[in-house]
Formats: sequence, structure tokens, C-alpha cells
Amino acid sequence: MKTYYNPEDLKKFGNIGEFGQELADKFFSYYNEVFKAGALTEREKSLIALAVAHAVQCPYCIDAYTSDTLEKGCAEDELMEAVHVASAIRGGASLVHGVQMMNKTKELLM
Amino acid sequence: MANPVKSLKAQKHELGETEFQLKVLNDTEKLGFEMPKFKSKLQAIDLYPLKPTGLEILQINVGKMCNQVCAHCHVDAGPDRKEIMTKETMELCLDALKNHTFHTVDLTGGAPEMNPNFRWFVEQIRAIDSEIKIIVRCNLTIILANPRFHDLPDFFKTHKVEVVSSLPAYTEARTDAQRGNGVFRDSIKALQMLNAVGYGQVGSGLELNLVYNPSGAFLPSGQAGLELNFKRKLKADFGIEFNQLFAITNIPISRYLDYLIVSDNYGAYMEKLLNAYNPGAAEHVMCRNTLSIGWDGFVFDCDFNQMLDLKVACGAKHLRDFDREELENRSIIVNQHCFGCTAGAGSSCGGEVAQATA
Ligand code: SF4
Ligand code: SF4
Repeated sequence: MKTYYNPEDLKKFGNIGEFGQELADKFFSYYNEVFKAGALTEREKSLIALAVAHAVQCPYCIDAYTSDTLEKGCAEDELMEAVHVASAIRGGASLVHGVQMMNKTKELLM
Repeated sequence: MANPVKSLKAQKHELGETEFQLKVLNDTEKLGFEMPKFKSKLQAIDLYPLKPTGLEILQINVGKMCNQVCAHCHVDAGPDRKEIMTKETMELCLDALKNHTFHTVDLTGGAPEMNPNFRWFVEQIRAIDSEIKIIVRCNLTIILANPRFHDLPDFFKTHKVEVVSSLPAYTEARTDAQRGNGVFRDSIKALQMLNAVGYGQVGSGLELNLVYNPSGAFLPSGQAGLELNFKRKLKADFGIEFNQLFAITNIPISRYLDYLIVSDNYGAYMEKLLNAYNPGAAEHVMCRNTLSIGWDGFVFDCDFNQMLDLKVACGAKHLRDFDREELENRSIIVNQHCFGCTAGAGSSCGGEVAQATA
């Protein structure tokens, strides 16, 4: 069965430079810098990444950051709370646009 | 992680045989990918044959008997294991300590305290040298397992023993999944008892260190970050204090190897170890300054080689023939399980060994 997503492809992420090394190198060096401890700990950054992975619904990132958060010692409830944060923001983002809908409705109705 | 009730040996499981474990570790088909030999990794950095840097730590396994049956146990220890060190073999250890300078004696098991001569042994070691560092790998629950063990914290304190204890998580579910039902609660009580006599308290000089092994098919990452979080949580939830957290990688042998295979994580875990290989960690593997003694007096490069029955590659294979010079010049036996010691920041009984490269 052919599918668009293959778990094995995650390992090939590093090969993305094959079709354009320079930009890939720039991306990975930026990426690595982003995830180093700074004002936020590596653990906090990993939980943010897990939440964003769910918001953008990237199966590769969900796979990678589930492992990464576990490796950084996070517990199951922490992982799930991160997913709920993503869900709340996504849901909220839809809902807040309801204000535009309401504005427009009020504009159009007598 | 499902918790076993019996050791692999008692189950007559094929992984209870050391030759079978080594066969699995070198079986490309089982792995599903071509894994380079650990030896070739050392050759590439001029570290093969791997040589000791000195003999500093004597790690003594006083027996495989244990009150727990943890799912990740590399010793395959449990209540059904009867192999324990005799007083005669302990005397041989004491001779080795008297005649040669080791700065640390690291007592391990099983649950070392279950050996009936354990306290006598600790007293004798302390009598030889009042300054030598004595470490006990205490599984914590043993302190509560039977009234005769309730005074262990005082005994450790009297003899200035450093306590090193496994606690894979600060949550009950995760700990119990790896180490057995009820282990978390008893471990917490035991830690409070150790704290009560001064262990882990600033200025007491009584060291209480925790060991973190991942409870699953993943690697530990960032010892400092893990320590910070464990300290925060254990203090807030249970008022517990401790000195350091050692993050240790699970070595793919014995019951952990069984878990990896049964859960279909074996190939992916070995690939993770390989991808995380760090030459900096390879230089500092613990077998370079440690000797490991088995319950029957045989000498090994490390506790893992001991469990694979890989005796030292020199004449002095038993404590009876202890020969410091020969042991210091031996070549350390390495195999595929060694990738567990060189992943990421590397791990030994004392946690991270090197600066992570990636
Ligand atoms: S890991 Fe330690 S406590 Fe658990 S069974 Fe093995 S020796 Fe016993
Ligand atoms: S498993 Fe033992 S012999 Fe191999 S590197 Fe680790 S400590 Fe050394």
C-alpha cells in the first residue's frame, strides 16, 4: 500500500541538502541553535515543539518530539497537557475569528 | 513496560543464557540493519585494544538475590536467584583491598543487603581504610522489606557509606511499571528515612545519589536538566532531598534485551545507540578504571561483562590469582552492548561521562 507518510522518511530528513546544500545547512544550524538551552530550558523547548508538532499536524515531528520529551524526563501528563495547549490555541484561533463573522453578519443584516 | 515475576533464568528463557545474548547482539537479521562492530568504532579513534587507565574502583557484586524483579535488570536478579558471595570470597576481596590501592569500593547486587554477611563485609572494608569511599547500590525498598532492614540508614551512616539508588521517575505509574507494583511508595518512604538520619542534607557529608534509567526504549538526555526537575518535584511532593542524579543508559542485555525484543523496539534502540555514538564518551568508559568482581570471585571488566560471563582476558581471572600489573595491562573485552556506554554524553555507574557532542 502506498501512503504519503513513511516513518522511515524521518531518518532521511538530514538528506534534504541533497537538492540544495547551502540552505539546508543554514536551516540545520539555525534549528540546532534554537533548541539549545537559553532563557528556556531544553526540556521546555521540547514540550513547545511537541505542542507545535500537533498544531501543524506533522507526523514526523510528533514522532521525534514524543521521543525527545521522554528522553528529557517528561511524564505522560506533561506530554498530554502540551497537546491540549496546542488544541486550545487551535480551537481558540478558530473561535476568535467568529468575531469577524459576527462583525460581518452585523454589517450585512438590517 | 510489563513487569516480570520471575528471572529469565527461573523461566528457563533462552536469554537467560549468556551465549545466546551475545548471539542476538551480533545477529544482523534480528537488527534489521547493518550495525558496525563496536571494536571498529574504537579502532577509528586509536582506542583498540581498549586498555585500562588504572585500577581505582573495585565494584563487587555480592549476589544476584533481590527482593525486586525489575523489567530492565541487567543482572536478571530476583527472589529466585540464590547465587550470593560467601564469606571466604569476601575475604579474598578484602585481601585485594589491603594490598592494593583502590579509592572506591562499590557494592552491588541484586540487593546487596540481602547477603547475610553484608554488614560484616562493610565493617571490614571500613576497618581497612577509614577514608576509602564505600558505595552501596541500595534499591530502597529493601529498607522496608523486613524489620531487620529498617535500621539500614543508621548502619550506612555509622560506616559513612554513600547510598546510590534507582528511581526512574518521580511518578508512581512510571516507577512501578519498571520496578514493580508498590515500589514507588516504598522508595519514597525509604528516601524519607534516609533523609531523616541526615542523608542528602547539606553539610552532613552523607551522600544520597539517585540513578535515573529511562523506563522504556529511549535514551536519557541532559543529566543536569533531569536532576533539576527531580529535585524540584521530589522536594515539592514529598519533602525529599538528595545530592546528585546520575542519568544512565539501559544496556541491551538480559531482561532489558528481552523487553526490547518483545516490545519490537530492539532494532530501533540499537540504531539509536549507534546514531548517538560519541567518541568522547568512549575514552571515558568505566571499565578503564574499574574492576568488577562476581559473587563467585571471578574478575570482569565491568558489571555488564560480568552478566555476559566475559571474564577478564588475562591470567588473573579469579581473585585468588589477583595480579595488579597483569590486570592493568590487560585488553578490555568489548562487544555490541558497549554501544550503551558511549551513547550521547555516555553513561557509567556514576552517570554522564563526557560532554555530549550533538
Ligand atoms: S535492577 Fe536492582 S533492584 Fe531491580 S531486580 Fe535488578 S538488582 Fe534488583
Ligand atoms: S559495557 Fe563494559 S566493557 Fe563495554 S564499554 Fe561499557 S564498561 Fe566497558
